Amino acid sequence: MGIFDIIGPVMVGPSSSHTAGAVRIGAFARKLLGEEPASAAIGLHGSFAATGEGHGTPLALLAGLLGMDPDDEGIPAAREIALERGLAFRFETVDLGEVHPNSVRLDLAQDGAELTVSASSVGGGRIRVFDIDGFQVDLDGVYPTVLLAYPDRAGAVAMVTTILSNAGMNIATIKAHRASRGGQALMSVELDHTPTAGVLNALRHLPHIDQVRFVPRLGFGG
Amino acid sequence: MATTEGTLASYRAEAEERGVPLSRVFLDGESRQSGKRPEVLEALMLERMNVMRQAVARGLAHPQRSRSGLVRGDAARMEAWIEGGGSLLGPAFSRLVAAALSVAEVNACMGRIVASPTAGACGVLPAALFRVAAEKGCTDEALVRAFFTAGGIGLCIEKLASLSGAEGGCQAEVGSASAMAAGALVELMGGTPAQVDHAVAFALANVMGLICDPVKGLVEVPCVKRNAMGAVNAAACAEMALAGMESVFPADAVIETMGKVGRRIPEEYRETARGGLAALPVPACETCGQGNFCS
Repeated sequence: MGIFDIIGPVMVGPSSSHTAGAVRIGAFARKLLGEEPASAAIGLHGSFAATGEGHGTPLALLAGLLGMDPDDEGIPAAREIALERGLAFRFETVDLGEVHPNSVRLDLAQDGAELTVSASSVGGGRIRVFDIDGFQVDLDGVYPTVLLAYPDRAGAVAMVTTILSNAGMNIATIKAHRASRGGQALMSVELDHTPTAGVLNALRHLPHIDQVRFVPRLGFGG
Repeated sequence: MATTEGTLASYRAEAEERGVPLSRVFLDGESRQSGKRPEVLEALMLERMNVMRQAVARGLAHPQRSRSGLVRGDAARMEAWIEGGGSLLGPAFSRLVAAALSVAEVNACMGRIVASPTAGACGVLPAALFRVAAEKGCTDEALVRAFFTAGGIGLCIEKLASLSGAEGGCQAEVGSASAMAAGALVELMGGTPAQVDHAVAFALANVMGLICDPVKGLVEVPCVKRNAMGAVNAAACAEMALAGMESVFPADAVIETMGKVGRRIPEEYRETARGGLAALPVPACETCGQGNFCS
């Protein structure tokens, strides 16, 4: 925490949790998908559903999916911009269970690729992504993050850390999440620095890794 | 706890030892922590100040209306009142109120602001610092320094108590903004670090226990006008400190007490919109008949 966290961030109002945090959740999901979604089903939970409309939460989530930062003055026009760009969206109220009251589930699709991300806005614009495609994760977008999908088997983590350590990349956190023993698994790796395209390519060429996705460090605007 | 790290007393001790204002201590600390040169940080602060200035101007020139209808261009209304010669204590005081309303309304209407320390309290600092600087002819350089003082005070409050309405009620949001502004005004006017400490203590003591009761859960009523209160309180407390009044309790003790009081505020008065003004039925609009204002 520094002085520019106190005198900042620069953001579009009215609420750091219901607006700025919501933009960042949308932005995280867009970056994870790798491109602008063609369709988005946006499930609002708890306080996001109850007071979201007055806080512009739906607009903020859409703005993030459209690639805007929390200080973008285009956020209030996100609905119109989404319509122009052909992003088909719909909002619904959902019950995500015992999670933070400011939470949302995003079901995104683009060219046959589908992605489901659930996240909470936990205060001050900070976010916590807690579910990706049914895998429980714990990510905040503060670090450049690599996500790898693979069939659960011995040695996967070692192969990944070898590539990263050979590239001189320091790992902030690494976690493997699996649906069941020997089933499909998801590894999340938060790094201190942004990996080069070469490092990501090397990860993509590892045997038995089905998919590698990368989310750069999320900006805060201003 | 007199010189425990992160307390205002510790920063004050360093300022007094080095014979520099508090802003210098905060700026140097930020430079060490971020690895950025002070000139870079000062330029960044000036950028944030300019975002604040745009927000002040926007709400005065263009009546802001929120989607709920609860914000209805009151900053512009205040400006018209001033233009019409209606000020009770002269235009300087009225413009302080108008500027705080303006930024808070721009925030409520999805305009661009600087959370300082939060979005809900974003009108207090720009109103207090810009309006006093305009009256006293302060330079932007002096204002940049004052904003570092404000930010440093905010860091102390974050460390010793809380800046979140959900954790500590409105005293932690508008109250903290008011304390930050009061201390910053003292430095802007050439007061000593000790006087900054007194102003912070006065400002927080004045709002001790203030609850967060946002009507309809929105950052509109009573939040916008509480920003005006926070700016007025800041100016009053800075002036009391500059006049030589001394707080019975040091700022750190008042900050810690604010935090303790905040933790004991029942949850319905901490941003949940279940108590206080938020529990009152909102009168129906006479024009549209719906359960809110729209005219």
